[in-house]
Amino acid sequence: MTLTRHLRVDGPNHDDRLDLMAQGVLGQPLNRLEGPLKVTGRATYAAEARPRNMAYGVLVQATVPAGKVLEIGDAPGALAVIQDKRMVRYAAQGMDEKGPTSGPDRIEYMGQSIALVVAESFEAARHAAQNIAVRYKSEDVPVLPDAVAPELPPKKQSAVGDVDKAMRDAAVTLDQVWHTPSQMSAAMEPHAAIAEWDGDQVTIRAALQMLSSNRKQMADALGIKEKNLRLLAPYVGGGFGSKLGINAEAVAAAIAAKQLGRPVMVAMTRQQVFDLAHRRSETRQRIRLALDGDGRLTGIGHDVLVSNLPSSEFTEPVAQATPFTYQAAQRQVVHAVARIHRGCAGSVRAPGEAVGVTVFECAMDELAEAAGIDPVELRLRNIPDVEPTTERPFSSHMLAEALQEGARLFGWSGRKSVGQRVEGEWMIGMGMAAAVRVNMLIESRARVTLLQDGHAIVETDMTDIGTGTYTILGQLAAEMLGLPAERVEVRLGDTDFPPASGSGGSFGAASSGNSVYLACEEIRSQIATVMGCNEADLTLQDGVARAGNVSRPLSELITGQVTADGHLQPGKTEKSHRQATWGSHWAEVAVNRWTGEVRVRRMMGVFACGRVLNEKTARSQCLGGMSFGIGIALTEAMEHDPRDGHAVSRDLAEYHVPTHADVPALEVHFLPERDAYVGPLQAKGLGELGICGAGAAVLNAIHNACGVRVRDLPATPDKIIAGLGG
Amino acid sequence: MQIRLHVNGDAHDLDLDPRTSLLDALRHHLGLTGTKKGCDHGQCGACTVLMDGRRINACLTLACMADDVQITTIEGLGTPDRLSPLQQQFLDHDGFQCGYCTPGQICSATGMLEEIAAGWPSHVSDNLEGPFAPSHAEIAERMSGNLCRCAAYTHIVAAIQQAAMAGSQREDAA
Repeated sequence: MTLTRHLRVDGPNHDDRLDLMAQGVLGQPLNRLEGPLKVTGRATYAAEARPRNMAYGVLVQATVPAGKVLEIGDAPGALAVIQDKRMVRYAAQGMDEKGPTSGPDRIEYMGQSIALVVAESFEAARHAAQNIAVRYKSEDVPVLPDAVAPELPPKKQSAVGDVDKAMRDAAVTLDQVWHTPSQMSAAMEPHAAIAEWDGDQVTIRAALQMLSSNRKQMADALGIKEKNLRLLAPYVGGGFGSKLGINAEAVAAAIAAKQLGRPVMVAMTRQQVFDLAHRRSETRQRIRLALDGDGRLTGIGHDVLVSNLPSSEFTEPVAQATPFTYQAAQRQVVHAVARIHRGCAGSVRAPGEAVGVTVFECAMDELAEAAGIDPVELRLRNIPDVEPTTERPFSSHMLAEALQEGARLFGWSGRKSVGQRVEGEWMIGMGMAAAVRVNMLIESRARVTLLQDGHAIVETDMTDIGTGTYTILGQLAAEMLGLPAERVEVRLGDTDFPPASGSGGSFGAASSGNSVYLACEEIRSQIATVMGCNEADLTLQDGVARAGNVSRPLSELITGQVTADGHLQPGKTEKSHRQATWGSHWAEVAVNRWTGEVRVRRMMGVFACGRVLNEKTARSQCLGGMSFGIGIALTEAMEHDPRDGHAVSRDLAEYHVPTHADVPALEVHFLPERDAYVGPLQAKGLGELGICGAGAAVLNAIHNACGVRVRDLPATPDKIIAGLGG
Repeated sequence: MQIRLHVNGDAHDLDLDPRTSLLDALRHHLGLTGTKKGCDHGQCGACTVLMDGRRINACLTLACMADDVQITTIEGLGTPDRLSPLQQQFLDHDGFQCGYCTPGQICSATGMLEEIAAGWPSHVSDNLEGPFAPSHAEIAERMSGNLCRCAAYTHIVAAIQQAAMAGSQREDAA
């Protein structure tokens, strides 16, 4: 019987157990375990299995914004045209337990998947799907956020005191409106799935971030039992939220494979990814700030308008960090939702803070300027001691340190006043912003097996979407069990393994990592029993167990193998403490006087995320987030046709993600920290902190360079030129 | 139609739909899935391979256009046990995260370093004749056809610079 070590995180853990282990491998900047496979093209992603006799499917998309499919024509050269009532209209939201809305004959937005064409070859399927005749009964629907009266979900509004009065009584105020456009995750691997049935058992290899909940969604969508469904996602070519929930291609592949009695692959085209993967909602954000004569905030107002389909519950939580980032006695959050017929909105990297903190930090910069206070100083003066309104303590709070350390490292004291630094036709400026992102744990399980020959195996249905999961879970097991890192094999992305948190919301490393920690702790206890000591007195290093004067190799202590499961659940600390990660962003930009072009010359982030599990992969996470911030500030905008709502910029030539030439050599610094309230790992999430506020540092630097405030993102050259005037 | 592809030194005789791209021929027909499909429109660079040593987008090339030329894919540059110098630098610098754009980045960098060595200037070069130092700006400009949404750019450029410097040292020694 496999023993399970369970922990609910109900209180603090100040034991620093991982600092007391002897192997010294955790936290080290090791190369990725799976790295050699990735750099040689041997890591196989969703569309890269080759079952015998596989057919190819291509999705057919609606060409009207709403209505009903009356008739779908023939597809010469195809094996089948499939329109099954179980096929889904859009992706499931992250952690949903049910499949998303099904029924492809009903259209909710232009571009929706309405059928699947399957053929012997990809070329034949694509040709048939593109040329198939569809007859619709189309309906007029609103597609512009301003065209409808918005909903005001009661649970998403909050107010304490009277912000209007704070504004009237303030020494300095700010009241401005910002707009951010729809944005797309745009992971490099387009969504794809290969489905294969064996009797009533189906195996689906797909691009998915969260297998344990994806399995529930898929079983519900297909109308089968979970035990008859196996999902595989050993390598995922990026997620950023877009693969949190199952989507049209995987459901269609499973239905087609059953109907045809052979394996079917369905891969989305890049354009289909833009139409069918969740977009980040566009936002309108009005921010009101009231400041007293001492530079202390007395009022904070954050009014938000976002959009989504009428049938989808998700709304971008733009003001998620607003209630606890800065102190002020009078505060109000208004969260309005326009129900319109654009593609489904959902989680894109750091839902909420990515655009909410970015805009708020631009507002803080404007307020600092209006008050004549240095932007760093304004933030330092307004850090709360406890969470405002709830008065909960913070699990840890490193914003002040991140601001002060960042200012020193970046050379902030050398910043000139607006427009004062010119190099030829380039105007140079510096900007900064705070970084903050909520932190959470999600229930997670893992199995660890220690073999007599001194190898260990970690198994969990956790995914590695580029986040470094293989490597950090291997390092954790190696540290706990006293093994060199190369002696640990990590197996992920298979629902045959214990269900994990999945990759999302920055909770993956800490949640799955704690479950591996617990499993290893159980194995250590069993070894300690054989050694006749307490687990706490056991030292494991390089395959040798030591306790007191006794030293024995693991091979003598284990017969065959020892296996244990770890099971982590979030507990009371989730409510008792405000958990967040903190940091600061710094940017130096050059703005061209004549073309309005913005070049980011230097960019730096300082982050505190609890324990860093691998310094190298952690750094990469931050580089990615900061680059997303450059995109938000300067280039990324998913435009919708105002007539029918369809995505106009729906590929990588029209939707501009930052490329090599847009990103300078970014600098990342970590502040040493242990957070006691997030489990024995004392580690928090890092995948999203790097994006939260990064764009604001760039936008604030643009203002410092040339005096232009762009409040309609992104700050493309046309908007800069308009601001510069003649 | 009948096509002979020479890939990584091996000849393959294939009977393909004339609409088949070189990318799909590699992935669907030869099982060489190291070459990635990110956009199928020449926008992302994930499908970069070397054709007679020059980097091209395999998605914009029909398989029939590659008849009787030498194709090198990521699988032909190295193996997990025997990495090419660039592959080793990508690994050591963490020049990737999800790994999906990585084969294209490495094939592109392999071709790009040859272009520098051959004296091809870029938009940011300060002269037209060369030699061109592998500065951040020079590498980033020349690699901008290869998108990385994980944005490992900082680490990718560092990896390429390291490989370029090690390469020129080898040449000096020889």
